[in-house]
Amino acid sequence: MDKQKQQQAYENYVKQKTPVHNLPLNMAKAFVTGGAVCLLGQCILNFCKSQGLDKDISGGWTSILLILLSVLLTGFNIYPGIAKWGGAGALVPITGFANSVASPAIEYQKEGQVMGIGCKIFTIAGPVILYGIFTSWVLGLGYWILKISNIL
Amino acid sequence: MDYINAFWVGGLICALVQILLDRTKLMPGRIMVLLVCTGAVLGALKIYQPFQDFAGAGASVPLAGFGNLLWKGVKEAVDKEGFIGIFLGGFKASAAGISAALVFGYLAALIFSPKMKK
Amino acid sequence: MNHQNCIKGAQSIEFEEAPYLISSAAVAGKKEGEGPLGKMFDMVGEDDLFGADTWEEAESTMQKEACLLALGKAHISQTQVRYLFGGDLLRQGIATSIGVEELEIPMFGLYGACSTSGEALALASMNVAAGYGEYMLAVTSSHFGSAEKEFRFPLSYANQRPLSAHWTVTGSGAFLVGTRRSHVRITGVTIGKIVDYGLKDSQNMGACMAPAACDTIIRNLEDFGRAPEDYNRIVTGDLGYVGQSILFDLVIGKGYDIKKNHMDCGMTIFDQETQDTHAGGSGCGCAATTLSAYILPKIERGEWKRVLFVPTGALMSTVSFNEGASVPGIAHAIVLEHC
Repeated sequence: MDKQKQQQAYENYVKQKTPVHNLPLNMAKAFVTGGAVCLLGQCILNFCKSQGLDKDISGGWTSILLILLSVLLTGFNIYPGIAKWGGAGALVPITGFANSVASPAIEYQKEGQVMGIGCKIFTIAGPVILYGIFTSWVLGLGYWILKISNIL
Repeated sequence: MDYINAFWVGGLICALVQILLDRTKLMPGRIMVLLVCTGAVLGALKIYQPFQDFAGAGASVPLAGFGNLLWKGVKEAVDKEGFIGIFLGGFKASAAGISAALVFGYLAALIFSPKMKK
Repeated sequence: MNHQNCIKGAQSIEFEEAPYLISSAAVAGKKEGEGPLGKMFDMVGEDDLFGADTWEEAESTMQKEACLLALGKAHISQTQVRYLFGGDLLRQGIATSIGVEELEIPMFGLYGACSTSGEALALASMNVAAGYGEYMLAVTSSHFGSAEKEFRFPLSYANQRPLSAHWTVTGSGAFLVGTRRSHVRITGVTIGKIVDYGLKDSQNMGACMAPAACDTIIRNLEDFGRAPEDYNRIVTGDLGYVGQSILFDLVIGKGYDIKKNHMDCGMTIFDQETQDTHAGGSGCGCAATTLSAYILPKIERGEWKRVLFVPTGALMSTVSFNEGASVPGIAHAIVLEHC
């Protein structure tokens, strides 16, 4: 118990000693970066719609093109620089997801097609897909139960 | 107008997540998981779709929009196919995003070599 | 031979016949070459790959080059070296195993995270002092690319590094210890124990290691009956800016003050203003290259008469980190004297 208290005291002391990023500034940068990515997405979306595509297909094209762009920027080592400046602005949009797929694939290529690229491509994106699918599955199950019991 | 809404809503989501990134010890991977799950739950609560109708890409491009998409896919599939739809909908709706990321990511691994961080 | 009177205090040794640090070499990466110590390294890589295909091979190449350079400077061939003590940050110490393979020197593979250079120097000098051989080689290395892959993220992953994060030094330092005269002697060592204040933040290694550094430094002062002023410099390995300020507080808490003569390799090797490395450099290569390129020349010239070299290590693994274990620290102290 006493040891725990000591550890807690040290942790608090370290927290006080450790410099942190300027939060308002970082938030502003994230705002601009994330906003810009979403704005770009909106441009693609509107363009697709203007070409007569329906809403879902337009959304699909938006994702695909943003992902392609992000993968290219990752390959040319530009995306890390954007993320360093923009923080969450580069992490939160779908481009961040694409980066999390492409970066381990590129980094671990030397470990082979299967154990390298194949396994490691999911190191960061895998959990996102797993928990996304699982959450929607649970929600879907709930929806189905409510539906067959005529509540909905 | 939809351009302005996309910009400030998308930017705001990112700015809020920046707080998590800077002030908690949450790793980026966990934050991405959190966003997707939150999006799915908000979608099921019928909150995310009206929000997305307002903000357009400002709500669909962030990962929470991906969660909402998963939920939408499951719901539509359940409406159409019944129980089996719970298993069909999620991947169907997210197919474009996941396939694009995997295919492009794999191609990138064939083309590009690892580089030092600047 | 009776070594009884060599044993000092609880954790230290003071050599009767102090071994000499005959020669050393430092090989460093591009970013390190652009830093304040850039011109002092024996070899600076153009692209951090050192002609190899992967970061891991590059690290091994650096180790081999560092060993050959150190041997060359002393005009000693590898067959004359009795034992080699080497280590790195990678799993199973693979960078060392592959790096020193061609040298065909009987070897001990070590792991002490960033403190490995201290561990290697201590063991090498103990072996020489004990008369187990005329020449021993100590070598350590780290590489930013291989370390990021091992402990953190792929290099092109979009993460923002916190201000307390360290930048792993791409570099390798090799040291030839032996009985032949030179201008630097290893007169004593203090072997550190593991000190863990329960911190779990692997992105704040300075704070994880500072308690261990404090413990070893105080132990050294007490075992040898010295005051901080008896050393021209007390040099820690890679505490960085955060760790240094914590170390000062901890040491003052024990009744000593080392502010005036403390120096940290992690803070010396990079320019914080222009190189954006945040808390400073780290890794097995950080303390080793700084010792070889910057500290030893000063001792050789007699600018500094006595230096306490204290590399520090954060002993974490990705598994223990994911399982929520704390990050234990360790530090070893080497007493270096001009002669």
